[in-house]
Amino acid sequence: MNPTRKRRMIIVLLVLAAAVVAVGLTVFALQQNMNYLFTPSQVRAGQAEAYKTFRLGGMVKGGSIERSGDSLKVGFTVVDADGALPVEYTGILPDLFRDNQSVIATGHMAGDHFVATEVLAKHDETYMPKELKDAMEKAHHGKAVAANEAPQ
Amino acid sequence: MTPELGQLALILAMLLALAQGVLPLIGAWRGNRALMAVARPAAAGQAVFVALAFGLLVWAFLTFDFSVQYVADNSNLALPWYYRIAAVWGAHEGSMLLWVMILNVWTVALAAFSRQLPEEFLARVLGVLGIVAVGFLAFIVFTSNPFARLLPMPPDGGDLNPVLQDPGMTFHPPVLYMGYVGFSVAFAFSIAALLGGALEQGWVRWARPWTNAAWGFLTCGIVAGSWWAYAELGWGGWWFWDPVENASFMPWLVGVALIHAQAVTEKRGSLRAWTILLSIFAFSLSLLGTFLVRSGVLTSVHAFASDPRRGLYILAFLAIVIGGSLLLYALRAPKVAGGKAFAPLSRETVIVIANLMFTVAAAMVLLGTLFPLIGDALHLGKISVGPPYFGFLFPLLMLPVVLLLPFGPFLRWGKSEAAPLKSVLLRVTIAAVACAIVAAFFVDGQAKAIAGVAAAVWCGVGTLLYVYKRWREMPRGRRYPAEMAGMLLAHFGVGVFLVGVLLSESLSVTRDVRMAPGDTQTVGAYTFRFDGVHATRGPNWHAEQGTVTVLRDGKTIDVMHPQKRTYPRGQVQTESAIDPGVTRDLYVALGEPMDPNKLEGAWALRLYAKPFVRWIWAGGLFMMLGGFVAGADKRFRARRAAAKVAAEPVLPAKESRA
Repeated sequence: MNPTRKRRMIIVLLVLAAAVVAVGLTVFALQQNMNYLFTPSQVRAGQAEAYKTFRLGGMVKGGSIERSGDSLKVGFTVVDADGALPVEYTGILPDLFRDNQSVIATGHMAGDHFVATEVLAKHDETYMPKELKDAMEKAHHGKAVAANEAPQ
Repeated sequence: MTPELGQLALILAMLLALAQGVLPLIGAWRGNRALMAVARPAAAGQAVFVALAFGLLVWAFLTFDFSVQYVADNSNLALPWYYRIAAVWGAHEGSMLLWVMILNVWTVALAAFSRQLPEEFLARVLGVLGIVAVGFLAFIVFTSNPFARLLPMPPDGGDLNPVLQDPGMTFHPPVLYMGYVGFSVAFAFSIAALLGGALEQGWVRWARPWTNAAWGFLTCGIVAGSWWAYAELGWGGWWFWDPVENASFMPWLVGVALIHAQAVTEKRGSLRAWTILLSIFAFSLSLLGTFLVRSGVLTSVHAFASDPRRGLYILAFLAIVIGGSLLLYALRAPKVAGGKAFAPLSRETVIVIANLMFTVAAAMVLLGTLFPLIGDALHLGKISVGPPYFGFLFPLLMLPVVLLLPFGPFLRWGKSEAAPLKSVLLRVTIAAVACAIVAAFFVDGQAKAIAGVAAAVWCGVGTLLYVYKRWREMPRGRRYPAEMAGMLLAHFGVGVFLVGVLLSESLSVTRDVRMAPGDTQTVGAYTFRFDGVHATRGPNWHAEQGTVTVLRDGKTIDVMHPQKRTYPRGQVQTESAIDPGVTRDLYVALGEPMDPNKLEGAWALRLYAKPFVRWIWAGGLFMMLGGFVAGADKRFRARRAAAKVAAEPVLPAKESRA
C-alpha cells in the first residue's frame, strides 16, 4: 500500500467510525426521548403499559378541576369518549387550560392516576392539535368527541 | 375596489416574474443579449407590483376594510395601528406576500449592485431568482390570496393572535425572512455557476457578501424570536426545540457551514462542489422552514393555517426546487471541481471538520423535527421527540467546534506549523483553567457553570489572542480588514453566548409558588413580596395586574407589574415582568388566581432569577454583527472598479488572512 492510499484508507476508516458513533448516539437519544401519545381509553386498555413516560391527550372533564388549598397542586380528569383518567399536576397551568378544553399532558402513571410533569393546552378556541384529533378519532372510531357526555 | 387592484398587481407581478425567470435563462443559453437584458427591468417591475400589493394590504388593514377576509380574520376596530401593520404578516397569506416582497428586495439590490458581474452570469442568477418568485407568487395567487373578499362585510373583525401582539413580533418575521430569502441569492449564484460550468470561477467571491449579510439577518431574526419567546410566551425559556424554532435553526446551521466553505472556495479554490451543495441545502432548508411553519403539518403555535392544498403545493414546489437543483448538481458538479490540495494541519482542515459538525447537527435537528411525520407515515403511532434528544446531541456535536475555534485563525491556508499553535493552546488552557477555578468559588461547584466559564474563556481569549497578534504584527490600517473583523466579532460572540447559555441554565432559580398579598418568597439573594392584584386596561385588552416588590438586603430594587391580559375574544395572555440586568434578570409571571371567590387574593406566581441570561442574545447579536461587518468588506466592492478596467477572469486571491 503506498502512502497516499494508506492515508486515504485511514481517512475513510475514521469517517466510518465517526458515522457509526453518530448513528449509535442518535438512535440512543431518539429511543430515550420518543414520547407516544395516548388517550385515556387507550391507557385503560393497557396500550401505554410498555412506556414509562408518555403523553396523555384528551379533554378536561367539566367541573373536574380541583385545587389544593395551600399549594400549587391541582387535580383534574382527562376524558375521551370511552374513558377517563385522573391527572395530578403541581405547578402553573397554561393560560388556555380550562374545563372542556383539549390538553396534552406529559408524564407517567402512578397507580391508577397520571402524574404530569408538563401540561399543554390547545392554542386557540377553534383549533385542536391535529395529532390529538387523529388519536381521539382512532380511539373511538370517528365518534364525535363531546367531553361532557363522556362516561365517568 | 383597492383589494382587486392588489390582486391584479399580484397577477401582473407573477407574469413579470415568469418573464424574469424564463427569458434571461434562454438568453444566456442562446447568447441572446436582448433576452438577457429582460432580467433587470422585469425584476424591477415585479418588485414595484409586489410592493404595490403589499401597500394595498397594509392600507386595507389601516382603514379597517373588513370586506377582505384576511383583514377581518386578523384585526379588529380596537387593535392599535402598529399591530394592524404587524398583522399584515401575522398569518399565512400576508407572510407569504412578505416573503415575496423580501425576495424582490434582494433581487433588486442584487441587480443594482452587481453591474460588474458578467452579463450571462447575472442573467442566470436573476433568472433563477425569477423562477423562485414565480413559485411563490403562483402559490399566493392560486392558494392563498390575501385579497379574497368576505361578503357581507362583518361590522368588526376577529383578532390578531394575542401572542403576536408584542413589539418583538412586529420585528421578528421580516428580519427572519430577510435571512431565509437571503439564502436564495447564494442558491441562485450556485445554480448559475452550475449552469455556466467552469467559466465563472469568481462566483463565490460575488456570492460571499450576500451570504454573510443573509446569515446576519437570519441570526438577528432567531435572536428576536428567542427573545420574544422569553418575554412573551410567558414562561422564561429562551429555546424550546419547538419544530418552528428548528425550522429557522437548520438553515442557520447550514449557513454557518456555508459561509466558512465559501471562504475556503474563494481563497483556495477547493471545496467548490461542497460549497454549491451547501448553498442548495441552505436554501432548501429555508423553503422547508416556510413549509413546516406555514402548512400546519407540525403542531405548533406558529401553524395558524391547516390547508392541505397549500401543503401539497409547497411539497411539490420543494420537490421541484430541491430535486431539480440536486439533479443539476449531480450532472454538473464534476465540471466545477478543482482547487489546491491542503495538508492535515491547515486552516482548511479545521474548517472542514467544523463544516461536518454543523451539517451533521443540521441533519440531527432535521431528523428530530421530522420524526413525528415519519412515525405517522409508517404507522408507528403518535410520536413526539422530546427536547432532551436535541439537548443531548447538539452540545456533543458542538464540542469539537468550540474546542477548535481559537485555533482556526492562527492556522495557515494549505499547510501550517505546529509551533505557534502550541503557544496558543498553552495560553488559552491556562486562561480557561484559571477562570474556571475562580468561578468554582462563586457557583457552588456547579459543573455546568464551571464548564461554561471555561468554554467561554477558551473562545474569548483565543479570539483576543489573535486580535493581539494582528495588532502587533500588521501595520496600522491593515490590521483588521472588515472580513476579518466580522469573523473575530462572530467568534467572540460564541464565547459570550456560551456564558449566557451555560450560566443561566445551571444557576437559574425558578420558584412556582402560591402567594397571598403580603407574602414574601426568597429566590437566590432576592426577596419577592407580592402586593396583590388590581384591574387595568389597555387599547384592546383588560388585565389583572400584579404588583411584586423585589428587595435585596432590605432595600427595594424594583417594583414589577406582571399581567394576565384578556383580549376581546376571550383569549388570555400572560405578560411577564422582567427586571433586566447585565449579570442577572429577575422575572415574574402571573399564573392563575388560586381561590375562585377572590376572598384571599392568592395567586400562583412564577419567580425567576436568571443569571447572565441576557448574554445569550448579546452573543447572538455579536454573531449577527460579524455577519454584517464581513459582508461589508471593501474588497468585494473594490473589485468592481478593477473589473471595469480589465474584464479579465477573477484573479486568485493574493492576500491571505493568516
